Amino acid sequence: MSMIREKLEQITREDIMRFVALYSVAAFLVLFLVCPLCILFAKAFQYKDGSFAGFTQFIKYFSSNAMVYSISNTFFIAIVSTIIAVTLAFLFAYSLSRKNVPMKEFFRYVGMVPLFAPTMLLGIALIYLFGNKGMLTTLGIQIPLYGKVGIIIAESIYCFPVATTILMVAFSAADNRLYEAADTMGTSALRKMLTITIPNVKYGLISAIFVAFTYSFTDFGAPSVVGGNFNVLATDVYKQVVGQQNFNMGAVVGIILLFPAVLSFVVDRITSQKQSAAISAKSVPYQIKPHKITDFVATVFCSIVAIAMILFFAVALFASLIKLWPYNLTLTLSNYDLSHVSAGNGVIGFRNSVLISLMTAFLGTILTFVGAYMIEKNYRFPLSRKITYFLSIMPLAIPGTVVGLSFILFFNASAFQIPFTDYSIINPFHSIYGTIWIIMLANMVHFYSVPFSTATTALKRIDREFETVSESLNVPFYKTLWRVTLPMCFPAICEMWVYFFVNSLVTISAVVFLYFPTAPIASVMIVSMQGAGQTAPAAAMCMVLLFINLGVRLIYEIIHRRQSHGI
Amino acid sequence: MKKTKWKQLVAMCLVAAITVGTMAGCVQKNGTDSASGDAAEQNENVLNVYTALEDDQIADYLEEFKEQNSDVTVNITRESTGIITSKLLAEKDNPVADVVWGLSATSLLVLKQEGMLEPYAPAGVENVLEQFKDDADVPSWVGIDAWETAWIVNKEVLKSKGIDTVPTSYTDLLDPKYQGLIAMSNPASSGTGLLTVNGILNLYGEEEGWNYLDELDKNVAVYMHSGSQPAKETATGEYGIGVSFGYRCLLSAQEVGSDICEAVFPEEGSGWDMEANALIKKDGEKEIAKRFLDWAISDNAMKKYATNYPIVATGVGGTIPEGYPENPVEQLLPIDFNVAAQNREATLEQWSERYDAKSAQKEQ
Repeated sequence: MSMIREKLEQITREDIMRFVALYSVAAFLVLFLVCPLCILFAKAFQYKDGSFAGFTQFIKYFSSNAMVYSISNTFFIAIVSTIIAVTLAFLFAYSLSRKNVPMKEFFRYVGMVPLFAPTMLLGIALIYLFGNKGMLTTLGIQIPLYGKVGIIIAESIYCFPVATTILMVAFSAADNRLYEAADTMGTSALRKMLTITIPNVKYGLISAIFVAFTYSFTDFGAPSVVGGNFNVLATDVYKQVVGQQNFNMGAVVGIILLFPAVLSFVVDRITSQKQSAAISAKSVPYQIKPHKITDFVATVFCSIVAIAMILFFAVALFASLIKLWPYNLTLTLSNYDLSHVSAGNGVIGFRNSVLISLMTAFLGTILTFVGAYMIEKNYRFPLSRKITYFLSIMPLAIPGTVVGLSFILFFNASAFQIPFTDYSIINPFHSIYGTIWIIMLANMVHFYSVPFSTATTALKRIDREFETVSESLNVPFYKTLWRVTLPMCFPAICEMWVYFFVNSLVTISAVVFLYFPTAPIASVMIVSMQGAGQTAPAAAMCMVLLFINLGVRLIYEIIHRRQSHGI
Repeated sequence: MKKTKWKQLVAMCLVAAITVGTMAGCVQKNGTDSASGDAAEQNENVLNVYTALEDDQIADYLEEFKEQNSDVTVNITRESTGIITSKLLAEKDNPVADVVWGLSATSLLVLKQEGMLEPYAPAGVENVLEQFKDDADVPSWVGIDAWETAWIVNKEVLKSKGIDTVPTSYTDLLDPKYQGLIAMSNPASSGTGLLTVNGILNLYGEEEGWNYLDELDKNVAVYMHSGSQPAKETATGEYGIGVSFGYRCLLSAQEVGSDICEAVFPEEGSGWDMEANALIKKDGEKEIAKRFLDWAISDNAMKKYATNYPIVATGVGGTIPEGYPENPVEQLLPIDFNVAAQNREATLEQWSERYDAKSAQKEQ
């Protein structure tokens, strides 16, 4: 007894705080990531009435012709889009980081723009460019837009910024000594490319390929606009769940969608562990050597990409500003009058979207930062930390569609049956079903991993000595956190905040399943407006979201610059 | 090290204890009424309306009701007919909707067969024509207007393909020269799509009807999500012919001008359906829901409907909106809605078996 008391006395206030902080984050992830996924798996093996179905749902799925076509369609789309997007991104990132290209900042930002808009915007721009009455179609450039071609173009543009970002990071880590050595030995440019450059960025390349694949494999926005009759899994699952309210079949498709994502996750984990050795402390940063011809080619290439991007968004802007495409091209702002769309819910939806994004950004940043801090700067609870770390990076492997689906299954149920008994557990979270909070939670889970990694990286950069010193001086950890760690991590925190905000504002794949009339949101309204043929107001709504995101990003850049000047 | 492990153990036990404790509090035996606490009490200030009416009509229709009941929050769920129907069916055990407003009668009959509707006779129901309401003494559903198959033809698009005729009958649509030019709505999600298919099955009979649809499928470029979309996208020149419904075809044709687009009501007659209202069965239906249903067939509401549709539930309106056939009732094929409702699921299954898979194959 006395021993226990003794032990209990040793638990300090700090320990309790650490404990609460770490386990709150862990509890969040278990409740809103693990539990919904478990329900999703359970549902896939059940009939509609809840009785055990085994694999019959899967067999039913795979024996349907239409379904098998949409699987092969989805793979086709994802593979082709990945090849196009990653090739372009590779050349773009290479030009910007290894060649003398003017206005690098400009090119970099223009290449990022697709990140800030809902994917439907790409689809809408495509219709205005390549549709039957499209601007380029009338000029004689005809492509069969509706179906695979349209989807592939849209997905390639959608994946381009992410692939570029990953590859830029990969290219930035180069050792100039290798190139110097190669030059002294008179190695040809091609050989240098094949033996130094590509092996150097291969992990970045693998990661870019898998991210692009997962993005295009699971995107909902673009296929819903330009897909025509070309069915893909993401639209299939929507039709099953929203169209026919067949949640169990939806769960089956959800699990199929999970496969490539999990695969890419595993590969990414394995490769990223190997990567650390590629660069050593002795490495010398890459020196760009002027080379007239290739520099010129690189500049031309970047310009073409930039012009294409600008063209796309200019067309989308134009689409939102004209009265009646293609017969009445008078400019008007009436499409921006949100009070008339969705039975007068436009303004509410728009307000909800901004509110949800702000809340997601605010709470998400706190949560991911606390999580990362407790895992990175804490030496207690090693096992729990490991598990929490794993749960924190898991959302990377979960497509939005699956997040949305598992959420609706989890929150929609008022009680869960305990297998093989007569008892069930009341779902305490049922009450947030149909509110904006469920959408906020879904966004926090869906976008958890990237800000978490950002925080982890930032924390890793801070010398551990700070913690050791303050501990020896008996300064509680939260004071060190508040006075030292947080200020030093401020840029990272801003970045995390912006990431949460920007993505929450435009995301569709997850929230399309959680949409509820009492809690309308803008991005899903765009899907239904487009579905009802109201293309111009849909484009206008997309543009508003794009402008807000660009504004937020701009503010971030200003703060960021001021900060780095200050230091 | 040992110390931390010990602490961790204590911590984990604590968490486990709390979790188990809360869970135990939440466990209940099946069959006990979990909703007893919160369901019976109905909030009269909130009204959940499910509707398949057109987006651009709702705000205008609803204005008066909102004025009269300014203290009531009206939550409108608007989706295409198919989606609203499956949503209602899925929520059968725990319905969210208080009332259904302007959903196809075929769908409401399905809900009635499922026992989801509470019969209610709204004030003024005697003014509604016999064939526009449920035949029971206290009707389960009451219609407000009728809408019918029509298509819009973009003459400019057809001209660019060297076609200068306008298809005026179902038979015309099968002409191979229209191949890849027709957009139609998908009956699984769209009520317009379903009534068109029902009309065709009614006109040609079951077997011949499916043969007709097989032939038509060869000319169809795309099956779309909603009833409006084919008309709207045909009006913007994406397709040559958009099979949709009368109101939308006329409106879209008017928007772009008669020199470009023309609305056509098929010579053989149109498949049609009613938009109708119903009260959803619940533990205690709200008074405000009943008041809403009263308002929804009031004279003022009917006048609003009549600005968009020539046939409303109280008869053919005084002035037929421009562009409709002179005798709009004669245009309608004789459809038995009870049969249509019974066959709904089978028809949709048949349809997606034939054309969902096929449309995917065509792409390959």
